[in-house]
Amino acid sequence: MPTVAPVEVDGFVVRTGFLKDTAFFASGEGEIVLSGQGEKRLRPHKAGLLAAEPQPDGKGLISSGDDGCIHLTRLDGSGELLAERPRKWIDLIAAGPSGAVAFASGRTAWVRFADGREKEFVHERAVGGLAFAPKGMRIAVSRYDGATLWWAGTEGEPVELGWKGAHLGISFSPDGKYLVTAMQENALHGWRLSDAQDMRMTGYPAKVKSFSWSAKGRYLATSGANAAILWPFFGKTGPMGQAPLQLGTRSDNLVAAVACHPKEEVVAVGYQDGMVLMCRFEDNAEVLLRRPGDGPVSSLAWDDAGTRLAFGTEAGEAGLISLED
Amino acid sequence: MSATQDASAQIPVTVLTGYLGAGKTTLLNRILTENHGQRYAVIVNEFGEVGIDNDLLVESDEEIFEMNNGCICCTVRGDLIRTVQNLMKRKNAFDAIIVETTGVADPAPVAQTFFMDDDVRAKAKLDAVVAVVDARHVLKRLEDTEEAADQIAFADVILINKTDLVTAEDLAGVEARIRSINPYAVLHRSERCGIDIAKVLDRGAFDLDRVLSLDPHFLEHGHHADECGPDCDHDHDHHHHHGHEHGDGHECGPDCDHDHHHHDDPHSVKSISLKAGDLNPDMFFPWINQVTQVQGPNILRMKGILAFKDDPQRYVIQGVHMIVEGDHQRDWKADEPRESRLVFIGRDLNWDVLRDSFQACIAQ
Repeated sequence: MPTVAPVEVDGFVVRTGFLKDTAFFASGEGEIVLSGQGEKRLRPHKAGLLAAEPQPDGKGLISSGDDGCIHLTRLDGSGELLAERPRKWIDLIAAGPSGAVAFASGRTAWVRFADGREKEFVHERAVGGLAFAPKGMRIAVSRYDGATLWWAGTEGEPVELGWKGAHLGISFSPDGKYLVTAMQENALHGWRLSDAQDMRMTGYPAKVKSFSWSAKGRYLATSGANAAILWPFFGKTGPMGQAPLQLGTRSDNLVAAVACHPKEEVVAVGYQDGMVLMCRFEDNAEVLLRRPGDGPVSSLAWDDAGTRLAFGTEAGEAGLISLED
Repeated sequence: MSATQDASAQIPVTVLTGYLGAGKTTLLNRILTENHGQRYAVIVNEFGEVGIDNDLLVESDEEIFEMNNGCICCTVRGDLIRTVQNLMKRKNAFDAIIVETTGVADPAPVAQTFFMDDDVRAKAKLDAVVAVVDARHVLKRLEDTEEAADQIAFADVILINKTDLVTAEDLAGVEARIRSINPYAVLHRSERCGIDIAKVLDRGAFDLDRVLSLDPHFLEHGHHADECGPDCDHDHDHHHHHGHEHGDGHECGPDCDHDHHHHDDPHSVKSISLKAGDLNPDMFFPWINQVTQVQGPNILRMKGILAFKDDPQRYVIQGVHMIVEGDHQRDWKADEPRESRLVFIGRDLNWDVLRDSFQACIAQ
């Protein structure tokens, strides 16, 4: 039976996840809780925290706040100010390879390299999201009317991908073949990068705010409907002409967050009322992981082994769900 | 399907509009320094020369998003959506939000943001649009720009500021001109924005249940209220004639004394008040849908209180451009005349057609 170990957090859980075996919880009130062998409570920002992303190597957590600062917090609790944009609210960050960090404010995105160098990328309209490519020092920036792909390490013209409307969250497929954005309207947009073929994924009753690629990148799981919607990305044409899987359907509640299991074809699904289910792709078998609580699930993440799930809610509830006794 | 709409959980939002130099920042600082126990999050377009003394202050660069529904007037402020969402990560830090727009900002996308984005709508609700106008310069601004009229047309509360700097006759002229654009806003006069802030905040101007108590002009005959729906996804294949080229493009200096014929300018913002007894709902709803779809771009605000035949309840309705929302409000009182009143404020509207087609909705 899954067990839930609550973790006390002081506000809206902006992001939860794992740095190696240590769970982290970053709250909008500014607190970062590291929960491993012991517990550390840190407060790197002067006031609120707007975004947090773990580094791909699991060595540290990048966070940004309404103080305009981008911080690195290491597992041992030590920290470092990586960059600062006074008076700006930095709410978009991405952690890349080799210690690189991307962040954005307004129409400008920056990449900061591990050696402290910064490179600026200016767009005509507001930046809506940032994502590093799975390979190479390449960054995708979602923006109004499309997305822009930049090679961060070298000079050169960017690749522009156009689609009318405001593009927000952005993600590469793990094989780097597809780029997907969540839009201001209730839809996803995708591009096959080999030929810039557009893909439209619609039918959501609400905005898509959470997405997660399944093991080997076979499916993209998304929030925004009364079930987790999983688009197939295997085969030559990806989701085009394919019906998505719908898992964990509830008649009276929307899915607020999703996290695919790192190894199995299983997705953790968090709902508006705080409930968390685990659903198997193959037969839609469901396991209840957490009962409804005080607020929508705002963040979900598995550890690398796939035995523990960290969750947080908008109401400041948080915890670790263990699948093993 | 969207998140819950528990009104008590929605943070009230006050939008301050007005031309540069009218006194917006002065009013804002008055609100912030007054001892009222409220904590505000303030969203400004740019940090001005006058400092704003507040803990939670965010600069937000205007980003207009068109909604992909084919509707040209369905625009929202993408930057505000994001800023409100970010503020909600610290919802224990403040009780209300004030948005200060630039002098040239179009108030419509700001207002529509609070009705058209489901996430914002679940968390925040527009309380009122407050316009600060400079008594000395507003007439000139109305000559020179469209935004000045839009700001007045959009406002629920208008603060005529710097009244000490004009004569009583000039002030009367200013008020008459403002009334000709927007007959239902609550007008206040002030010097250096000296006003009881209770007259500016917590107005519930978009609250269907409260409009009555706020609107003395409307009250005379009935009343009105509003709230718009986010459902602007009807088929908006309207015709759009935005009158951006002002025909008689003469430019006058500040001492110009020719007669400007405001009221004859077909592009100027005007209002129309339609009145009737009982309406036939089967005629009225198709009509209002058609009017707002076809003429939405030119309708800035719309409010109404309606009596439908054989319906014991008052129906209140309001709109911003193409967004329309209405609901039953309460029973008509025994001593209250059952009267339908509908006010449109707009530009380039064919007033005669509007009046005639409304008449066709009267219950037989």
